[in-house]
Amino acid sequence: MRPTLLAATWLVARKDLKIEFRTRTAFFAVLVFAILGVAIFYFAWDSTAVAAVDLAPGVLWVIFIFSGLLSLQRSFGVEQADRAMDGLLLSPIDREAIFLGKALANLVFVAGILLVTIPAVVLLYNLPLGRTLVILFAIALLAAVGLVAVGTLFSAMAANTRLAELLLPMLSLPFFVPVVYGAAQATSALLAGRPTAEAWPFLKLLIAFDLVFLFACTLAFPFTLEE
Amino acid sequence: MSSTKRPLFDWLFVVAVLSLIAAYVRAVFFTPIEALQGAAQKIYYVHVSAAISAYLALGIVALMSIVYLWLHDERADRLAESAGEVGLLFLTVVLTTGPLWGKPIWGAWWTWDARLTLTLFLWFLTAGYLVLRGAVDDAAMRSRYSAVLGVLAALLIPFIHLSVYLFNTLHPMPILLKPSKPSMPSDMLITFFSMWGACTLLCISLIGARYRYGVDRDALRALEGNGGDR
Repeated sequence: MRPTLLAATWLVARKDLKIEFRTRTAFFAVLVFAILGVAIFYFAWDSTAVAAVDLAPGVLWVIFIFSGLLSLQRSFGVEQADRAMDGLLLSPIDREAIFLGKALANLVFVAGILLVTIPAVVLLYNLPLGRTLVILFAIALLAAVGLVAVGTLFSAMAANTRLAELLLPMLSLPFFVPVVYGAAQATSALLAGRPTAEAWPFLKLLIAFDLVFLFACTLAFPFTLEE
Repeated sequence: MSSTKRPLFDWLFVVAVLSLIAAYVRAVFFTPIEALQGAAQKIYYVHVSAAISAYLALGIVALMSIVYLWLHDERADRLAESAGEVGLLFLTVVLTTGPLWGKPIWGAWWTWDARLTLTLFLWFLTAGYLVLRGAVDDAAMRSRYSAVLGVLAALLIPFIHLSVYLFNTLHPMPILLKPSKPSMPSDMLITFFSMWGACTLLCISLIGARYRYGVDRDALRALEGNGGDR
């Protein structure tokens, strides 16, 4: 019995999340890295010259992509050990399901990091966010989908190269430009107290990016596997 | 094994270099100096011609990536590889001549303007593409990976363009490639077209030379049997 695409996606995602939940090392390492990064940024700027509100979006989204890269690195890294990838390929599921399952697990991972990092930035940088915090989480979710869609594909490719740790950021960072740009500009508009409508063009950019690359990367993934 | 007979001399390359020299001589000595910008305007001929050649080369990369994913033809992959390297060369020319012109005219080497940013990221993407090619040992895997990257990069470009489009642009608007008549005196126009022709010839001859090198290299690897065979 061949599971449906959705069921198979869920199976792959659950497998990855279970590995992560049982070890928990990577999650805490990336989480500490993210909060450490937020704290380090504080020392890199003159707080009397630049207001924290102006700096916070940049800090948040730069830290987001770097901690995202760290979490994506291990996505296909774990399949390298004992050639676990071969087992995954032999299982009777679509290759698209492997990609979507991996991407879903990465999304949960990155969302978990953001769930802690955003409040940390809000607290440490004294951001005036009331009910707009919900919108900030919505921006974060859109940004995370885009990051994960592209990043999961490049993680699969980079894991098979000689320069894995180096190649993933080199390939992914140009692709994260629209994500960082859209998320940071939308956040700035929110923090400056401007109407939500002003953030809308940037949210549209994020949504378009998510749709195009989620689709394109799912189609491209089978090409990155051995035939 | 390829047993094609090749001329000892790459005539196209020789013609390209000679016409490039001729175009330079014309641009420097026989073209009037622009009234407002002075001598700095002469960079225009090289800058725009190199930019068009870079787009031509990168267009070939994107197109050949799609063709490779579709037909799995190694010639498409080799052509994409060759065009990628030549594209990086021309992009480097564009990114060097641009600031040289920008400093005297704008008063700044660099601005985060839509076109400048796009060209810079094209450079990053092309460099990443070539590094990826160098980092995969298996030939078939290298072709597939780089084709996937080539297609995705082509999809990314509209997004980067959209991202920076909201900024105001400082870059001069097109003088030639616009719907209305070219607004340039015919003396300069002839210089531009000769430079453009020379750059295009150079671009094509370099891609051709690089392609022939790729054929020889793959044939040699197949003989050595170290995984280079496809």
